[in-house]
Amino acid sequence: MNKPNAAGWRPEMIAGEGEAPATFTGNRALMLEEPLIFEIGSTSRTGVDFEDKAAAAPSSVLGNLLRSDPIGLPGLSEAETVRHYTRLSRQNYAIDLGLFPLGSCTMKHNPRLNEKMARLPGFADVHPLQPVDTVQGALAVIHELGEWLVKLTGMAAVAMSPKAGAHGELCGILAIRAALEARGDARSVILVPESAHGTNPATAAFAGYKVEDIPATADGRVDVDALKARLGPDVAGVMITNPNTCGLFERDLKTIADAVHAAGGLVYCDGANFNAIVGRVRPGDLGVDAMHINLHKTFSTPHGGGGPGSGPVVFSEALAPFAPLPFVEKTADGRYHLVEEETAGDHHGSAFGRMVAFHGQMGMFSRALTYILSHGADGLRQVAEDAVLNANYVLRSLEDVLDAPFAASGPCMHEALFSDNGLAEGFSTLDVAKGLIDEGYHPMTVYFPLVVHGAMLVEPTETESKAALDQFIGALRHVAERARAGEEALKTAPHFAPRARLDETLAARKPVLVWKDATI
Amino acid sequence: MRYLPLTNEDRSAMLDRIGAGSIDDLFVDVPELARLSGPIEGLPHHASEMAVERHMRGLAGRNLVAGEVPFFLGAGAYRHHVPASVDHLIQRGEFLTAYTPYQPEIAQGTLQMLFEFQTQVARLLGCDIANASMYDGSTACWEAIGMAGRVTKRSKAVLAGGLHPHYVGVARTMAKFTGDTLVELPVAVDADTATAASAAIDGETSCVVVQYPDIFGNVFDLRPIADAAHAAGALLIAVVTEPVALGLIESPGAMGADIVVGEGQSLGVGLQFGGPYVGLFACKEKYVRQMPGRLCGETVDANGKRGFVLTLSTREQHIRREKATSNICTNSGLCALAFSIHMTLLGEAGLRQLAAINHAKAQATASALTAIPGVTLRTPAFFNEFTVDLPDEARPIVRALADKGVLGGVSLGRLYPEQPGLANGLVVAVTETVTDADITAFATSLKELLA
Repeated sequence: MNKPNAAGWRPEMIAGEGEAPATFTGNRALMLEEPLIFEIGSTSRTGVDFEDKAAAAPSSVLGNLLRSDPIGLPGLSEAETVRHYTRLSRQNYAIDLGLFPLGSCTMKHNPRLNEKMARLPGFADVHPLQPVDTVQGALAVIHELGEWLVKLTGMAAVAMSPKAGAHGELCGILAIRAALEARGDARSVILVPESAHGTNPATAAFAGYKVEDIPATADGRVDVDALKARLGPDVAGVMITNPNTCGLFERDLKTIADAVHAAGGLVYCDGANFNAIVGRVRPGDLGVDAMHINLHKTFSTPHGGGGPGSGPVVFSEALAPFAPLPFVEKTADGRYHLVEEETAGDHHGSAFGRMVAFHGQMGMFSRALTYILSHGADGLRQVAEDAVLNANYVLRSLEDVLDAPFAASGPCMHEALFSDNGLAEGFSTLDVAKGLIDEGYHPMTVYFPLVVHGAMLVEPTETESKAALDQFIGALRHVAERARAGEEALKTAPHFAPRARLDETLAARKPVLVWKDATI
Repeated sequence: MRYLPLTNEDRSAMLDRIGAGSIDDLFVDVPELARLSGPIEGLPHHASEMAVERHMRGLAGRNLVAGEVPFFLGAGAYRHHVPASVDHLIQRGEFLTAYTPYQPEIAQGTLQMLFEFQTQVARLLGCDIANASMYDGSTACWEAIGMAGRVTKRSKAVLAGGLHPHYVGVARTMAKFTGDTLVELPVAVDADTATAASAAIDGETSCVVVQYPDIFGNVFDLRPIADAAHAAGALLIAVVTEPVALGLIESPGAMGADIVVGEGQSLGVGLQFGGPYVGLFACKEKYVRQMPGRLCGETVDANGKRGFVLTLSTREQHIRREKATSNICTNSGLCALAFSIHMTLLGEAGLRQLAAINHAKAQATASALTAIPGVTLRTPAFFNEFTVDLPDEARPIVRALADKGVLGGVSLGRLYPEQPGLANGLVVAVTETVTDADITAFATSLKELLA
């Protein structure tokens, strides 16, 4: 039973009013259990009606290639389908439900105008291989968004086709490799600081490089001396995340870039956290050669429970000629052209190739452009300022109750980093995270970055109000105090979620990846 | 600015709490040379919802919408009717605005959906298991080649001539950097894929990659290729760009493919000018630990209730870093959801009916086109896509057809500009969205242009 607290807005839990009885269905009022489609569907049921039913005659030309055995795909009526997925949706936390403080993932409000614009038939219902003079508007979206990205980053060119941030990393590293090989200077090593995203070393390894770590300093930044000492003729480049995954600005990026360039290497910047500096800092001014931009993070395209993402990459003058195809170009007559292999002119003659089948994530481009135009240059600057303000507000409001390892090294950028230092013996970051679920929040990013023990990375974003932050801070403070006090009930949290803690070890030891039953 | 809730009073109060004099104090770590004093010049300022909508509608209006004209394009992207409830459901905020299900207790909706998706995909492609989706078909194809290399400890991939040229392009790009060798078989509409592939396999071959139906629309038996590959210790990778086909024709897995990848765009996702799409990835269970991408698995919670989690992530980038099976750290979750909902609405009965309608309409279209003097069918056994030869280069004819308001296929000249021998070829795709009137309009316009 709840009652309003003294402040009038936060319900207070009253414990000890008796156990809830079991229900016949397993449901609890609006919290509904939902079976799998394989348990409720039928291979003979369908939720669609077709025209031309009579046309469905089997073909003789396909002979023994016709499918004979049952496939085992259950069908539901439209009514059952809507109910199944609506019920499933209610088992999910989402940014539409509340503050979603996943650090380095940047969960901000997703404006619905973006969705409406992406669904205009002129964008949603055009084919990637239509004659280019029938898709001038689609090419214009790609070009216009690309121009914004180039100007916001202070770079020379952009490749729009990478499908996600990690795909963008690969694009940038391949361009670096292509540029080095073009000058007859094949190098073998990419340097990656400890605080980098896990994708960074994986990307460099996939592009054929040996990966070497560069340590972090005690204040959470790249150890510049260690990096400089490692530079040499075998180093192709360095991958730096800025702002980094400790939520800090790499003050020495320009110094690092100058040193890397002097040693003949190139600089890749992981731009996952560009939302902290958009409109206030141009990475191109800091000597970056390539940087991907996660459109879903900085420019608010929804992530849909895991994707799709979109990871355009901006390039310096040095790397622009090596960027992948296809490209969209505009000629003096206002026409847009699709530059592919067969039409690549001199300035794309060194392009390293093609990364995807078509032209990238068009549906994300129209959303991101809508968001950018809504904010404009002034609004985007405000976005960065409010994101940084909100993060510092969270940091300073909680540093007395949660250990903040880099609080003394200056302001954080868009995310505040805490550790499990100071929790009671036997209590961990995981317990704090699960406790937050009971408070009605998605937890922050946990155990990342690896440079901090028991990391908790909180990113409030710019779309949270002060009142929303105050409530979140209160909730996290409450859970932190319970963890510091060693309250046993926290170890079995969450208690109010659709599921209690799930056995991830069992899932990995005996993987069950598909539904197996002979009946369907 | 309508998305930013802080007022200036809030900002002042918050700066006070932080102990900062101004917002600039929070950017002190940015070196002087990189500080911008105001909004970047030459870029417009914020705009109202109405103004933005007007601008975007203006751009959208400059495209010829596929659904408004007789439409016959395929070659890796297909226009199917998507039931209204699919888009309605994926726009629910709890799906649309959720993130990767890192906290499974409050992400069961996404996780259960992915488990259902994996099962649907595995069954459709005829494999034991499937992952939670990849970026798209072309990147899934490259990842499959990489996986075959890990499984066989070999690095030579044989690519059949009927593999989508853009998929070949992606593989070429990646192979330049990974050191894999690609053996590209000759491209011809009526190539004998089984014989050519079998002849190209040797003791170094990691895999044979065959598209099914192929880029020209050919449907053929994969079993002889699977046998030849397996006899040499290589894997067969089948690539499906039109999953609706598998409602009518035998699945690649059932014909011996070890890994089946595909483009799932046909179901639920829509054309979207090429993306976002959804890569399908399925294989035999014994290769699970070499499989790239996310996996959702069944487990139980502390109360013994069934639940789902992301699993086997020790293969993934965030645990093993440079030893990871790929650098991918996402999937196409929302597109996978759209695929899965559409498949649930269809069910087996609906999918089979849809496939039969596609096939019948394609046959009718082929008959109408080949009745035109000079037009010949090159692919006798096809599903919903086929290749015809025109008496002249197809590329300008496709443009001329567009001027007449018909989007009449993809010319092989566009797909293979470096192969003049294919220039007269036209790849025509026909789905349930095509009406009899569309077929007549296409045939009439083409006949006029060729006269």
